[in-house]
Amino acid sequence: MKIKVVVTLKNGVLDPQGKAIQQTLNGMGYSNIEGVRQGKYFDLEIAERDEAKAKAAAEEMCKKLLANLVIEDFKIL
Amino acid sequence: MKSSVIIFPGSNCDRDMDVALKKFGFKNTMVWHNDDKLPKSDLIVLPGGFSYGDYLRCGSIAGKSKIINSVIDFAKTGGLVLGICNGFQILTETGLLPGVLLQNKNIEFICKNVFVKINDKNNKYFNKINKEILELHIAHNEGNYFCTNDELKMLEDNDLVAVSYCDEKGEVNEKSNPNGALQNIAGIFNKEKNILGMMPHPERMIDKYLSGEDGSIFFKNLINNIK
Repeated sequence: MKIKVVVTLKNGVLDPQGKAIQQTLNGMGYSNIEGVRQGKYFDLEIAERDEAKAKAAAEEMCKKLLANLVIEDFKIL
Repeated sequence: MKSSVIIFPGSNCDRDMDVALKKFGFKNTMVWHNDDKLPKSDLIVLPGGFSYGDYLRCGSIAGKSKIINSVIDFAKTGGLVLGICNGFQILTETGLLPGVLLQNKNIEFICKNVFVKINDKNNKYFNKINKEILELHIAHNEGNYFCTNDELKMLEDNDLVAVSYCDEKGEVNEKSNPNGALQNIAGIFNKEKNILGMMPHPERMIDKYLSGEDGSIFFKNLINNIK
């Protein structure tokens, strides 16, 4: 089954790319954009039918590789 | 003295490191990332470059490569492990060193000479070195050292901040910080000080005609300390 994972920077961790995107959007006339944080999205194709088991496996993968928990949080969708 | 340099796909400072180590007396072996055993070594070097194309996060894939388990075992038994630039990023990703290297604050790849202040000489890398400030080269996009407040306190309380970016007089301030690194941190040790990770490249400063000689001082001193 397919598991979707989103990895984002923790609050307080500098995101210069997000900042640059925000400034560009502001420059394009979107003056109401007050913040942009860039993250990562993963589609995991897991050979597992039990959703709980697949999500547990995905969580382990996030902790071990997909996210660096010093600076990132992850969400399994 | 025997050294080993690990080559990952995308490493690009491996041969510079090989030249530097041999120049100052190491008998060096190049080790492929897919090997599972290390040759007998007094020093393991994780070189600079862009291992695995910097995919996912710099150093993250190399941090799970086949050879890395042997490197971790070697480090945990007190073996000397030096990580330069991407090597430093790999060391943080393996958990051998705390923290992480974020993208440079100004979102620019920085390639220039910098000065670093040696903060601690009570270790194999800088013991007996007769200088306080070294001029070394940096070339990186992710050199902005970051860690939690607790980790920073642990590093400072145990004198584990090995080198800090400074100006030529040794002043550590915001102006001499090239990439936004926390407290100008350019390199750190683990608690036992057998592992050193740093962004600057000593292997690029080993020829007085091409660059400078502060890298020579580093390697000469290191081999003398290991003997």
